[in-house]
Amino acid sequence: MEVEEGGDVSTGADRDVAVLGVGMHPWGKWGRNFVEYGLAAARDALADAGLAWTDVQFVSGADTIRNGYPGFVSGATFAQALGWTGARVSSCYAACASGATAIDIARSRILAGLCDVALVVGADTTPKGFFAPVGGDRPDDPDWLRFRLLGATNPTYFALYARRRMALYGATDEDFAQVKVKNARHGLENPYARYRKEVTLDEVLESPVVADPLRLLEICATSDGGAALVLASTDFARRHGASTGSPARIRAVSTVTPRFPNTVIEMPNFATDSASSAAPPPLSFRDSIAAAAYEEAGVGPEDLDLAEVYDLSSALELDWYEHIGLCKQGEAERLLRDGDTAIGGRIPVNPSGGLSCFGEAIPAQAIAQVCELVWQVRGQAGARQVEDASVGITANQGLFGHGSSVIVTR
Amino acid sequence: MADEPHLLGTRCSACGTFFFPPADGFCRNPECAGTEFESVPLSRRGTVWSYTDNRYQPPAPYVSPDPFEPYTIAAVELADEGLVVLGQLVTGDAVTIGDDVEIVLDTLFEDDANEYVVWKWKKVAT
Repeated sequence: MEVEEGGDVSTGADRDVAVLGVGMHPWGKWGRNFVEYGLAAARDALADAGLAWTDVQFVSGADTIRNGYPGFVSGATFAQALGWTGARVSSCYAACASGATAIDIARSRILAGLCDVALVVGADTTPKGFFAPVGGDRPDDPDWLRFRLLGATNPTYFALYARRRMALYGATDEDFAQVKVKNARHGLENPYARYRKEVTLDEVLESPVVADPLRLLEICATSDGGAALVLASTDFARRHGASTGSPARIRAVSTVTPRFPNTVIEMPNFATDSASSAAPPPLSFRDSIAAAAYEEAGVGPEDLDLAEVYDLSSALELDWYEHIGLCKQGEAERLLRDGDTAIGGRIPVNPSGGLSCFGEAIPAQAIAQVCELVWQVRGQAGARQVEDASVGITANQGLFGHGSSVIVTR
Repeated sequence: MADEPHLLGTRCSACGTFFFPPADGFCRNPECAGTEFESVPLSRRGTVWSYTDNRYQPPAPYVSPDPFEPYTIAAVELADEGLVVLGQLVTGDAVTIGDDVEIVLDTLFEDDANEYVVWKWKKVAT
């Protein structure tokens, strides 16, 4: 749909920021320094914006915790690599939500009038296999304890949710596999995706079970990659507009935390909050992530043309259909089976190919989701273009309770 | 009950909320300013909320037998406490959602000096 500026749904228009440029380094298992990926993405985003690095007044880095000290101070690391200019800087970590948090910091600074042009960058180089806790014996860290006491890997949690969907809503192995088949088809057309290969239902169902009922081809890999955005005030965008036309806008960034008691078992905890004295909140944590973004943007799920959600597993993508309000609880399988969430369907989900085709490069991933929305609302997504896309949402969740959802419109 | 294995949680003396793993210091209920906690044994029995298995060896700090043996993990609802607690299922057991299980002690791993034990869930015969 068209979101009219100055119309009923533009209540937050004075809180919009413009996305002048987007850039990514292809995802893969390149094994090189993460700074290289971030730098490539940043330079592409600046070129896309028609701006020079020296025009950037604020750098917002999304940190990586697996690449030593430069990863913990990523904003300064990228600024140094681009060449010191004296720009203000921030570095933040919020697990899988790091990218959205970095976007939110840049957006807040722009909306506060403290800068006009900000660069957001996230990049990662990842080890092979299961994500392990960061080194050292730390018996007071739930992320260490869940591995030590239980051997509860990330796919353990994805599989607990998947099994629950089967029991509650009649989801089948075929449903989970079809999500992978759909996303693989989408990702074929994405030059930044790591896996660009069509897979059949049989290939998915014949891949080995990792954590019952989830199979190897249904669980997202860990990847190297980088993504960047150039954000600007809408005033600056107008002044700069001669070269870029009407830019995509970020209408909302949700970074909500859970409400007590959070009664759904969440990574990396091995127990939930207790509902013994306080009643669970009306919206679950994951429901509240998108709800806050919708409220801030003044749009609802009925206004969406596409969504990029965090398909850490194929089954989890179905959960997200419900958490972002595409359908009621228990109806996600029907949406999938009807082809609604494939490109060409009513509400395409993960037209980029999603994590299924990218694998996760943690600090870059939430930024990459926004890159896809921007390409889509600009009509620049090539063969994976969602027809007439003008409103999109991202949804994602960072370990320990970092919500992440961004709404982009044209 | 004292003779049988059970998990130890804490309970806020002001609002009555249970915590596992045990919390102390400040109550995590945002409506409560409580700072006093009592140690309480949690229910030994619960019902399976969901379950899965793990067929590939996890990274350290998990201490794996050699060769690796797959294991089942269950998320178990404790009705009285309003908690869901994860645990491995004892070897050889199989459960489905809604099954009753109880806490047992089992070996986590052994080294030259010690046997380390951990809680596990075991299906209750019906």
